[in-house]
Amino acid sequence: MKGRIIGISGPTVTVDIPDLKLYDRVLLGGERLQGEVVRLDTGRAMVQVYEDTRGLALGEPAEGLGFPLSAKLGPGLLSGIFDGLQRPLDRMAAAHGPFILPGKHLPPLNLDEGWDFTPLKKSGESVAEGEAIGTFREGSHEHPVHSSAAGELTTIVSGKVKLEEPVAVNAENIKLYGHGEWPIRLPRPYRKKLAPTVPLITGQRVIDFLFPLAKGGTAILPGGFGTGKTILEQAIAKYADIDVVVYVGCGERGNEMAEMLEEFGELADPWTGRRLMDRTVMVANTSNMPVAAREASIYTAVTIAEYYRDMGCHVLLLADSISRWAEALREISSAMEEMPGEEGYPTYLASRLATFFSRAGVVETMSGEIGSLSIILSVSPPGGDLTEPATQACLRTSGAFLMLDTDLAHRRHFPAINWSQSFSLYDADMGAYFEKETSPNWNRHRQRCRNILQRAEKLREVAAIVGAEGMQDSDQLILEAAERIRLEFLCQNSYSDDAFSTPELTAEKIGEIIGWTDETETKPAAGEPLESIIRRPKT
Amino acid sequence: MRLAEHRYKTISSLRSQLLLVEKVAEVRLGEVVRVVGPDGRSQEGEVLLVDNHTVLVQIFGEGRSLDLIETTVIFTDTVKQAPLSLNMLDRVFDGSFNPIDGLPAPLPVKWVPVSGMPINPTSRARPEEFIETGFSAIDGLNTLVKGQKLPIFSCAGLPAKEIVADILKNCTVSSGSDVEQQAVVFVALGLSHYEYSYYMDTLGETETNFVAFINLASDPVVERLLAPRFGLTVAEYLAFEKDMDVLVVITDMTNYCDALREISTSREELPGRRGYPGYMYSDLASLFERAGRLKGRPGSITMLPVVTMPEDDITHPIPDLTGYITEGQIVLARDLHRQGIFPPIDVLPSLSRLMQQGIGKGSTGENHRRTANLLYLHYAKGCDLRGLEAIVGREGMSGADRNILEFTDSFEREFIHQGDLRRDIAATLDSGLSILKRYGLEET
Repeated sequence: MKGRIIGISGPTVTVDIPDLKLYDRVLLGGERLQGEVVRLDTGRAMVQVYEDTRGLALGEPAEGLGFPLSAKLGPGLLSGIFDGLQRPLDRMAAAHGPFILPGKHLPPLNLDEGWDFTPLKKSGESVAEGEAIGTFREGSHEHPVHSSAAGELTTIVSGKVKLEEPVAVNAENIKLYGHGEWPIRLPRPYRKKLAPTVPLITGQRVIDFLFPLAKGGTAILPGGFGTGKTILEQAIAKYADIDVVVYVGCGERGNEMAEMLEEFGELADPWTGRRLMDRTVMVANTSNMPVAAREASIYTAVTIAEYYRDMGCHVLLLADSISRWAEALREISSAMEEMPGEEGYPTYLASRLATFFSRAGVVETMSGEIGSLSIILSVSPPGGDLTEPATQACLRTSGAFLMLDTDLAHRRHFPAINWSQSFSLYDADMGAYFEKETSPNWNRHRQRCRNILQRAEKLREVAAIVGAEGMQDSDQLILEAAERIRLEFLCQNSYSDDAFSTPELTAEKIGEIIGWTDETETKPAAGEPLESIIRRPKT
Repeated sequence: MRLAEHRYKTISSLRSQLLLVEKVAEVRLGEVVRVVGPDGRSQEGEVLLVDNHTVLVQIFGEGRSLDLIETTVIFTDTVKQAPLSLNMLDRVFDGSFNPIDGLPAPLPVKWVPVSGMPINPTSRARPEEFIETGFSAIDGLNTLVKGQKLPIFSCAGLPAKEIVADILKNCTVSSGSDVEQQAVVFVALGLSHYEYSYYMDTLGETETNFVAFINLASDPVVERLLAPRFGLTVAEYLAFEKDMDVLVVITDMTNYCDALREISTSREELPGRRGYPGYMYSDLASLFERAGRLKGRPGSITMLPVVTMPEDDITHPIPDLTGYITEGQIVLARDLHRQGIFPPIDVLPSLSRLMQQGIGKGSTGENHRRTANLLYLHYAKGCDLRGLEAIVGREGMSGADRNILEFTDSFEREFIHQGDLRRDIAATLDSGLSILKRYGLEET
């Protein structure tokens, strides 16, 4: 399927290749830039190009590949860093230098690398198409290898085998390989979806205690610039009790990705003690990399995440930030001259986001195991205005809303999660879990904590008028308790040992403050002067 | 490569700086064209859009005196490139890279496309070397490190240019203080002649090498989009090929964004917030993300763009999108300026995201983080209490609160305010600690 370029407009190119299918991959020009068909008309097709189109010429050759954009799946993804098209950035740097050049590609998986293969079938046995014939071991993960064709196996290997070599050959001389691919825009199948019942422990007290997340659930973190979205996402990536983390730097800073790469190589997973990088896959499409690849990056990432979920893992996908993805969508839509919706975003923004969110969940996999995929997205609303389309579209489908507050961030209160506006729909279910597993007081203390914070907010309004001196002693005590909760419990400095708090520690800390509040509440009535009650413990 | 130059006289439409050329056989996106008018005057332009054999061209000049019949469009088969060599040092150019200091154009050693290539994130080295600016509010509380992009958010009438000039004069980017290995790339966008001459005097006073790209308020608007790209291409050459530590100062990014809006509107693109194009974030990122350091190479690009916030509004799209891309911001406040405080830096909304890596033992001092945290904690509290003070008066407040308020006043008058005095980092931290001690706040 060959043709020529007949038009170029920003990230979209028009070609005259006949017989293309929607979402087919296309290679363009002498440098063979990668693209994907996004619109078909008689005699012409519009292609979204994943690389910089500058320098592309009219009449240059274009070639349709006949299959859609897919993610390569197999052992060796963990501790890797890829761009939105799943190009391996570390090996690209070794091969082509520090800058990303257009048209340069390397296979996502290192085919030279050998992995331990354990066969499940013997030679001479017949297998059906899609049947498991063995497993590759990657760290603690077992990658099932499914037969791509039916028939009798003539040979099957055992032990260390390179990815480029077949693991088995069948009677019709078809070679079976240990790695596969999957179209990124198509969700991977599972037997059935289950309701999330187990919390996703983040190690952040304000989240685990007040706004708990669920394994298989979704959450968004909206906040203006400087409110600590990235730091919080990275903290969750570090401390979450999860098997695999897929982190997408979607249109954000290159330095942050470099820093994370370095840090995750050094730090240990607090739950298993292994290197953090060994459970992490990074997808980096920084803000200066091509916009169309940014649009694809979250799909590449979610496909990798689903692949590990299908092995029965608990997987967490973090994307920073979904607003940049929405902007990429807007840019492509506008280059295609589609009718704009609110603020220029295409009208399908909300439905695309909803489809993406619904790839999260707890599932019974095709092989009968239980796996989960949780999704946490940061949102960067322009001017911190949460009424804008991307935030509103996310709000409709996400299970938790953790609003980051500019005021809190300015006074260096981190994580700057606003406790009166945020919510979690998993609240009741997860509360019941923690009450059973961690502390019988969990729910009672949480209610009490919320009451104190809420009352303190009202009282502060009064204090602003009459002054703290003019208030009753009991009210001043509430203010004091709220301040202790804020400073000692809700704040967590991510540069200190306190950055990670187990549920037990969380329960203990809040228990101490609530205990202190209950105890001191009776003292003013007994005539004890306020000054002696409030002896602020050290922070 | 084409064997011959293409010339066309098939312009079908001409709209200020845009022209449509028909029946073009071969053309590239972003290709540079020369447009020769009936009077023989030649202007440069760039291909924006290709649709079959119709081509949309944007010209970098004014478009004056062009017509539909006699005007010739010549396609050059190359994208916009910058001529590079070390002879550019200490020279002044306009927004199209023509020398304006009266000397002949330097001979280039190589030509490089101005749009640059994205840095592979795995090749980036972590910015962690402290840069001393002499301002306590920056060095002590919002530390700048080598390879960082840290904008100054100013308001109309605030002394951003004095602060920038001061940093240009005082700061030593190179740790070895080897002047030869340092350079300043100065990009002026839409400046008045008064501001321009102020900056040029400053550059003349420093010993550091510089390269200046000057686009004054009266110069063509399209050049405002080109000048920073030339500046950054030069910076990349000096930093990553000649191992220099380069400080890029771009002022004023607000003029850049307005130029972007003007040109986007003339192309009839869909407007986003306040009329700025929807791709402004990606466009700004394509500039700011060129700052940084590379693994295994000694050079660096540190960026200090100046953004004037329209209507003093930090949520305006220009400062807002900038803040989402850069690694922090230094925010100036009119309130402090009115009180005669220089530099009038409002430390609460200011931030340096890379501070943590640049400070601490072995670099700025072990107690740096702790001192900065304490100053922030009490100053934030003091600013809250000022609201209360306005209602009940200082006399009506508790002793502890009055103490915090007095600390807040001293902090602004002695720590933030420096006048002509510049402090090294040790003096900055000492000053902060001594104010904390005076009010008994050095313990948490």
